[in-house]
Amino acid sequence: MAGPKYPGFDTLALHAGQSPDPATGARAVPIYQTTSYVFRDSAHAASLFNMERAGHVYSRISNPTVAVLEERMAALEGGVGAIATASGQAALHLAIATLMDAGSHIVASTALYGGSHNLLGYTLKRFGIETTFVSLRQPENFRKEIKPNTRLLFGETLGNPGLDVLDIPAVSKIAHEAGVPLLVDATFTTPYLLKPFEHGADLLYHSATKFLGGHGVAIGGVLVDSGRFDWEKSGKFPQLTAPYSGFHNMDFEEESGTRAFLLRARREGLRDFGACMAPMTAFQILQGIETLHLRMPRHVESTRKVVGFLTSHSHVEKVLYPENEDHPDHSLAKRLLPKGCGAVFSFDIKGGREAGRKLIESLRVFSHLANVGDAKSLVIHPASTTHYRMSDEDLKKAGIGAGTIRLSIGLEDVQDLIDDLDRSLRAAQK
Amino acid sequence: MNLAIDGRQAFAYTAAHALEPAKHTVVFVHGAGLDHSWWGLQSRYFGYHGCNVLAVDLPGHGRSEGPPLPTIGSMAQWVGKILDKENVKSAALVGHSMGALIALEFAARYPERAERIALIGVGYPMKVSAAFLEAAQKNDPSAYDMETIWGHAPQTPFGGNPNPGMWMYGDTLARLARLAPGVLYNDLAACNAYAAGLESAAKIGCPALFILGGRDLMTAPRNAHSLISKIKDSKAVEIRPSGHSLMAEAPDATLDALIEFILGAS
Repeated sequence: MAGPKYPGFDTLALHAGQSPDPATGARAVPIYQTTSYVFRDSAHAASLFNMERAGHVYSRISNPTVAVLEERMAALEGGVGAIATASGQAALHLAIATLMDAGSHIVASTALYGGSHNLLGYTLKRFGIETTFVSLRQPENFRKEIKPNTRLLFGETLGNPGLDVLDIPAVSKIAHEAGVPLLVDATFTTPYLLKPFEHGADLLYHSATKFLGGHGVAIGGVLVDSGRFDWEKSGKFPQLTAPYSGFHNMDFEEESGTRAFLLRARREGLRDFGACMAPMTAFQILQGIETLHLRMPRHVESTRKVVGFLTSHSHVEKVLYPENEDHPDHSLAKRLLPKGCGAVFSFDIKGGREAGRKLIESLRVFSHLANVGDAKSLVIHPASTTHYRMSDEDLKKAGIGAGTIRLSIGLEDVQDLIDDLDRSLRAAQK
Repeated sequence: MNLAIDGRQAFAYTAAHALEPAKHTVVFVHGAGLDHSWWGLQSRYFGYHGCNVLAVDLPGHGRSEGPPLPTIGSMAQWVGKILDKENVKSAALVGHSMGALIALEFAARYPERAERIALIGVGYPMKVSAAFLEAAQKNDPSAYDMETIWGHAPQTPFGGNPNPGMWMYGDTLARLARLAPGVLYNDLAACNAYAAGLESAAKIGCPALFILGGRDLMTAPRNAHSLISKIKDSKAVEIRPSGHSLMAEAPDATLDALIEFILGAS
């Protein structure tokens, strides 16, 4: 049935969250480089602190520049709101710390970024939050590990390192049947390629450092809430549905309904943990988002060409990209990711660890570093860098081969990228 | 607080304060398809500034058990039952959109119980387009889109939300997604069918404040003139940049107008 239309993605990427600055008329998002905000009078101050009026008090809690980024990301993802954080890891921690206490349990995919695996598998354990890791290839694996104290299911839209595709509709159904939300790390896909909320996810976050910022200049994260999870009905989240003495006995769900999670995350999480985003960082990430809809198609187009080149190369053992028919998640990717499977993928070079090392050292256009999602093409060889202490056997358990190379395809002339890889693959075999 | 009305569970937000007989009471009544949390900032303010607050969830909305009530008159009666249950003899009523019609009807039916009424985002007649009604009747998602897009000023997708980090369209859609099928249609049909507006307005003896959004796409300010002219002691405030969702789009200006109208008089 036809009705009024929402602005398109490209328009929201440029405009959502910001109107020209009322004070100066500035068209670009102003950088409000300030820690704090002058109150009109004592009554106004009291009302702001008691959440009777909207506005800013202190930039650890909220800041006008950061708020533009938050609102823009909520608009692009179709959420009720968002909180920008100091990094993607801070966003993951904020989500978990808002939802659970010591004694809680998470079921997470094994296909995770190493930093997330460390947080869940080691660090949070010290604080009494346990995680069971499961292979995401069979969504029912999540159900099998759910316990009475499980409070969250978690996975990446495209998992590390093999681009395992999370079956969001199936896993979210399992989560909801258990009365818990599904949180996804959507960093590799961005809202341009996939909108997890449309498939049933409840919460998501990005390492905004990657494709959102897009230029490798700023570290940041964004946590977005769909507002669709009914905390009251679940009955498993007294953090959101019972009076909280740490905030004037507020019952966050009763107070704000769809905004309960973000309200506590901001008013407690940013207040107490303090992993906020700086306004300059928000500005830099916003500059990236303004061209997200132009960059992502080019990232994907170039990646497809590079994947095609590597797939038929005689010195390549295998290429892990879900658009290839031999990828285990090929059909799922076709269903969930019709616009593309992103621009980060792995391939195995013949010749193992030594060939991998030589390849890296021969590349000229690709930059050898520990990041992805830059406008510039990036490469890393886990066996000789991030995982160099691990034996070949242990690498295998982690889903990494001795010759596994991870690429992040940038926006250069794709023929230059292919030529660089071709020359270096040959050099690696010498 | 939870309470039983006609044998069904009902809910009213009280800003975490128990009601005290010595205090003035302010009753907040939400609009079509919404709930008490739509009044978050405003109801909280009055609860922390010396008033009893009852921000109700109408039957079938928020935490109140359904089914929804079919007419504006029956909803006004139900509000009266809430006051009876809490031994509140009279109160100031603040209503938004459909809630404004309910407040108007309440004040006309129970003049001794309405100390003053604030009618926000209201017009009369509150006709709903056939396309909107049809979509709502079919529980078609386009009905939620119409409620969301027409429920805010045209610049909303591009403007900064006064509430940091929140996306107004997304918030409205998430609220509507929680509704049981048929509730939005029930409310829209009740607004569309309400025909007693001018007659009821003529009966109003208490002060009335109209708070209108200058860019309201659902109830343009000119559509309130007929009601304003019928109420002897009435005043109108137009908040120019706001659309229909004044409590979210212009929370401070809306609250300031309510403070002056309600607390300025007490």
